[in-house]
Amino acid sequence: MTTNGGGGAPVAPPPAPGYQPGRRERLELYSAHVPFTLKLVAVWAVILAILASLFAIADFDTAWMLDHAEFIARGITWTIVIAVFAIVLACILALLGALGRLSRNAVAVGVTGFYTSFFRGTPLIVQLFLIYLALPQIGLALGDPWLDILTLDVLTAGVIALGLNYGAYMTEIFRAGIQSVGHGQSEAAEALGMTYRQKMRRVVIPQAVRVIIPPTGNEFIAMLKDTALVSFLGVSIERMEIFRRAQLVGKADFRNLEALIVAALIYWGLTTVFQYFQLRLERRLSKGYVRGTAGVAVAGERAAPAG
Amino acid sequence: MSVSEATDWLDLRVEGLKKSFGSHEVLRGIDLSVGKGEVVVLFGRSGSGKSTLLRCVNFLEEPTAGVIEVAGIRVEGGGLRTKAQRERIRQLRIRTGMVFQEFNLFPHRTALENVMEGPLTVLHKPRREVEATARELLAMVGLPDKADHFPIQLSGGQQQRVAIARALAMNPRVMLFDEPTSALDPELIGEVLSVMRRLATELHMTMLVVTHEMGFAREVASRMVFMYEGEIIEEGPPAQVLGDPQRPETRRFLEAVL
Repeated sequence: MTTNGGGGAPVAPPPAPGYQPGRRERLELYSAHVPFTLKLVAVWAVILAILASLFAIADFDTAWMLDHAEFIARGITWTIVIAVFAIVLACILALLGALGRLSRNAVAVGVTGFYTSFFRGTPLIVQLFLIYLALPQIGLALGDPWLDILTLDVLTAGVIALGLNYGAYMTEIFRAGIQSVGHGQSEAAEALGMTYRQKMRRVVIPQAVRVIIPPTGNEFIAMLKDTALVSFLGVSIERMEIFRRAQLVGKADFRNLEALIVAALIYWGLTTVFQYFQLRLERRLSKGYVRGTAGVAVAGERAAPAG
Repeated sequence: MSVSEATDWLDLRVEGLKKSFGSHEVLRGIDLSVGKGEVVVLFGRSGSGKSTLLRCVNFLEEPTAGVIEVAGIRVEGGGLRTKAQRERIRQLRIRTGMVFQEFNLFPHRTALENVMEGPLTVLHKPRREVEATARELLAMVGLPDKADHFPIQLSGGQQQRVAIARALAMNPRVMLFDEPTSALDPELIGEVLSVMRRLATELHMTMLVVTHEMGFAREVASRMVFMYEGEIIEEGPPAQVLGDPQRPETRRFLEAVL
């Protein structure tokens, strides 16, 4: 057989007796025996080795990095505080936004439509500066109590801007989650005599949460990184988050590469940790959707024939 | 809220009910009364409007015209709803139990929690009392040991029996069954029908049932109602309707299904 049936492309002739595979072929055969995981580890090792050699050329100061890592890492608290408050705000806004988009009330549809359109249509950094710098100007024009109210400190402005921006994007996530709950569920709730609020709170939203959690986790991880934008507003040293701290020490000692690498590693570590928690939460939420997760009796039934 | 007199013996009354989907008229003026403890079976070809009629009774479908009255609560169909009217519909629903073809149990709650949901959330009854009643109801539908199972861990027949218990937990005046066995494998139909039979014969529950199970109808129904193209064209006791149908449409339908 010299050709295969389909394309008629020539196929390598069978090895003659005493055939010696070439070097390339031997390598291929050898590679097939190496476990995939081992190969992955090797690839990562090579990438890190290349990076390390680049750093070495750039006169990378590991000692300086270790010395200043703690100072930069102290920003973790503020990074997480900003991200957590902002994601809570974003979830509240997204829920209200989704309910508004899905309602038949003109006010609700109009307000949420304006909200999502504006905050998805303008850059986050612009929104950040608008809230921090432009609001006090409006406060000034409005007079006495408003100037105080609308003059926000940096972290509050950051939380509000991030919350508003992410809430606008997450409105779509929440809306899709709510719509993913079958119409039969709504009817069952209504047939029991539930009000709209009861139906949403007891039946629809708990089921929508399952669909909403994974993309919301992604949003939180993205937000964790976007907290770095808050540093552009400038804060006092004890309230600086990771990126601002890295910039500060990096510039002072002209060790920008080292400082930024530390910041990047910290962000990377944080996101990895939160991804792990997200995975666990998703598993827990599948309760009631996977056969045999919660049923003691189900396990009993399986065991019965054996005993 | 006007509670009409002289209808004490009635649990459900439908007057001049009309329903259109766009230009298509599905119900063309239905009049139907169901007395206390009566079991009325609606039957007819698919598309004859029997499910729509049932769904109009608790306003899952908004009637185009006509009046629905359950346990003395009258609601007129058609038009826009004010808050007060929506509340009256809710009161009517509280007194009406509904069992769906597709069960529609709440998948995120156990069987017991499904049964407890209505009395807890809607009627605001104390949890301890609600749980005791819910366990009794699960026992009544033959599932005392499945209280902590989630719906996905139950067979279709078991899910439908939990759904019946869930509707009963509201202590309704009328139970509506919308083809309760149509989504079930043949071997599971019997267990659901036997629960429904007990409701009728032992609890004297007022029931309006859409079903193709003619054997069940013959045995349990007080009255059978044949629907044809959005109208009731024949009704009477099962022996008469099944044994000696008057209308050729009824006869043809029965010949096809029996």
